Amino acid sequence: MKVITTDVLIIGAGLAGERAAIASAQAGLDVTMLSLVPPRRSHSAAAQGGMQASLGNSVKGKGDNPTVHWLDTVKGSDWGADQEVARIFADNAPIAMREMAHFGVPWNRVEGGPRDVYIKGKKTTIVEDDEKEGLITARDFGGTAKWRTCYTADGTGHTVLYAMDNLAVQLDITIHDRMEALSLIHEDGECIGAIVRSLRDGEIMAYVSKATAIATGGYGRLYGESTNAIINEGTGSWLALQTGLVPLGNMEAVQFHPTGIVPTDILVTEGCRGDGGLLLDVDEYRFMPEYEPEKQELASRDVVSRRMKQHILKGKGVQSSYGEHLWLDLRHLGEKHLTTKLREVYDICMFFIGVNPIKELIPVRPTQHYSMGGIRVNKDGHAYGMKGLFALGEVACWDMHGFNRLGGNSLAETVVAGMVVGDEIADYAKATELKANVSLAEKFGKEQTDLIEHLLTNSGKEDVYALRDEIAELLKDHVHIFRTGEGLEKAVNGLKEILGRVKNVKVKSNPPGMNPELSQALRIEGMAKQAYIIAKGALLRTESRGAHTREDYPARDDKNWLNRTLATWKTGADEPEFSYEPVGQLDLPPGDRGYGGGQMIDMDLSLEAYNAKVDAEQKALGKHETSEPIGVKLPKEAWREESPYKDAK
Amino acid sequence: MARTLTFKIFRYNPTKENDEPHIDTFELEETPRLNLFTALHRIREKQAPDLMYDFVCRAGICGSCAMMINGRPTLACRTLTADLADTIELYPLPFFKLLGDLSVDTGVWFHDMAKRLESWIHTTKEFDPTAQEERMDNATANKIYESERCIECGCCVAACATAQVYPDFLGAAGLNRIGRFMFDPRDTRGEQEWFELVSTDIGVFGCIGMMACDDVCPKDLPLLEVFSYIRRKMNSGVKVAVKEMDLT
Repeated sequence: MKVITTDVLIIGAGLAGERAAIASAQAGLDVTMLSLVPPRRSHSAAAQGGMQASLGNSVKGKGDNPTVHWLDTVKGSDWGADQEVARIFADNAPIAMREMAHFGVPWNRVEGGPRDVYIKGKKTTIVEDDEKEGLITARDFGGTAKWRTCYTADGTGHTVLYAMDNLAVQLDITIHDRMEALSLIHEDGECIGAIVRSLRDGEIMAYVSKATAIATGGYGRLYGESTNAIINEGTGSWLALQTGLVPLGNMEAVQFHPTGIVPTDILVTEGCRGDGGLLLDVDEYRFMPEYEPEKQELASRDVVSRRMKQHILKGKGVQSSYGEHLWLDLRHLGEKHLTTKLREVYDICMFFIGVNPIKELIPVRPTQHYSMGGIRVNKDGHAYGMKGLFALGEVACWDMHGFNRLGGNSLAETVVAGMVVGDEIADYAKATELKANVSLAEKFGKEQTDLIEHLLTNSGKEDVYALRDEIAELLKDHVHIFRTGEGLEKAVNGLKEILGRVKNVKVKSNPPGMNPELSQALRIEGMAKQAYIIAKGALLRTESRGAHTREDYPARDDKNWLNRTLATWKTGADEPEFSYEPVGQLDLPPGDRGYGGGQMIDMDLSLEAYNAKVDAEQKALGKHETSEPIGVKLPKEAWREESPYKDAK
Repeated sequence: MARTLTFKIFRYNPTKENDEPHIDTFELEETPRLNLFTALHRIREKQAPDLMYDFVCRAGICGSCAMMINGRPTLACRTLTADLADTIELYPLPFFKLLGDLSVDTGVWFHDMAKRLESWIHTTKEFDPTAQEERMDNATANKIYESERCIECGCCVAACATAQVYPDFLGAAGLNRIGRFMFDPRDTRGEQEWFELVSTDIGVFGCIGMMACDDVCPKDLPLLEVFSYIRRKMNSGVKVAVKEMDLT
């Protein structure tokens, strides 16, 4: 087996992975990036609407600052976020935007003077400040107090990824594309690299490193119907789960985006509603103000998706051969806006569903979009339970999103985590000796070649694609927007049954080279186990928080469930183990989000008592020591200076 | 009545001993709004498990799935079978290294292109995390974005007559990339540097102006406009070069 050594191994070359690779390269380390696809084809490229950062340059962002951004993020998370991590994020987001401008992103800029915009369904004239002319501007997004989402038309992920990859090319960072990591090489709780399969010729290799980081994105494709790229099958989180030592956090926290188009499930950005787009029902009636008088179409995604589903269940959906949907109306925004600032959306509608959004309504429905859950890491991005392993971006549960992520916060997270965690990875690698333990690598390599042999030669009859579809059906039917104990039981039992059949998957063709069927078969155990953890975690969590909505437990229960789910799957075990840790140090006490309605069960501990137990409980579950005490980055009570808290004092 | 579509697909696995390029034929029932992303997956999952092709975003954004569809390079994901005749011929893009069947190595070619062109902002300024961003007028930002929209699908190069003759030709994608950095005031490269980079047979003077690139670009990039901008710049570059020669 070929063994390749490197100081830092980054698995996944989207925005988070590339930014972290750059941090290590700039620190003088030897870095190797692995990617399923050429870096510029990563799913980061598909992000349309923008990145949140409190630059406050647009007149509608006046008075914005990291504290207001942090407040929106914590409320958006339904208090599930680690508030310190949310703070690290909000503080660094403006720096990240400016750094990306320095790297070449052509951010849209403020143009001084009056312009017409649509706010809450009404045409309004706003006057941009002449003094801000030429600074990075922002658009409105859901669940935010200010216009804060920086953008390049509706191709933000694309431009940021291209700028990032340009820098990676400039720094001559090694990229091995069409490579899939199959398992981590580890011993005594320390990771020293990964076993990798080439998707060009099928060769199995070992990459040995001082530090290893996973940045492979989410697990949305488990749902089948998803806005995600087809490569987002939870391959990275499976690497961590497979060790039997690293927990996945909050896997049941799955985001459904209000505007996936019907059919095809392709996303049209939240920027559509941010720029004034409206949601209409079968009668072309605008229903959101009835449910959400304050935020209307721009409540957080969990709330808007729930309201849409609720409205469809009331009989107000539009019937179609692809199931019921609602309408997104952009017609009033006009041709110029739709062919410039929402050009990607215009193209998607024209090419994929033959709808001209200048003249016609767009069929939309809530569609799986984002994985809040993932590899549980501490605030440095260091994975629980495993030294030398880091995770960042969507694959990680860092955890700034809790049970609902705000639009524009994930793309921003990739770059901010890339900066912050990237520096931690570099520091760790610099302080670590390379352990080129070839016999250990051979042992993990053999496990994979044995698995491949089994998949090709066993006498089972299971078809990998059929199994993948069965997993998706169970998640779609029972672990979607509205969940019940009864439905979740069905999903858990069904997935348990599927888990028993995974070992009977037989790969029917054995050509040399990339063998796509074998690639899918190598992923199926990880997909089944993660689906099981999602369903079981959702069944166990008897409350409603953010995107996790239990019809049989409608209240957010801060007395019993102000915590984060951790799931570990011990090697050889039939079942995963679930445990719970406090969400992190609380600064903003749990309260009303200001949208979404719903009931609350108050916590019975004081903030002090809750905070006192955070560190010890998290350490017991595998959190690594950090270079600084927990909670140190939280400027306690800074939020009291911001409206609406100012007047409430 | 639903149509039965006939797919004639180029097959060749370069890692397989004694494999010869050949055409395989598959039949598939057409369903409403069927696109080639779904069609190829159905063929792979039910009929040809070893069929190789590339899709990632399946939304016309990532540039992975360009192929020759009835002789024309375009994105497979957003091609609807309803717009095609009953028989659909699929070939891999020419010019790029073939990985197998419909899959070609555009990634490595574009990576090398970025290196050759030094496709990054050339500046001596260091990033200052405490400073406000440098200002740029929005019209300039929009102009850069127009060229930045290239998704590196390779259709332009596959359609280019020059590229088939000169394998080092930068192609429309390469020239467009140069234009993108020429427009950018943050890039300090001067006319002389641009001149040396593109005033060669593999650069702007290799283009013989047939503009098939412009016809096939799935993103409607303003290639004509960008090329003429570069040529105008090169003319002034020539003047600079001649001037310097006079001085020596």
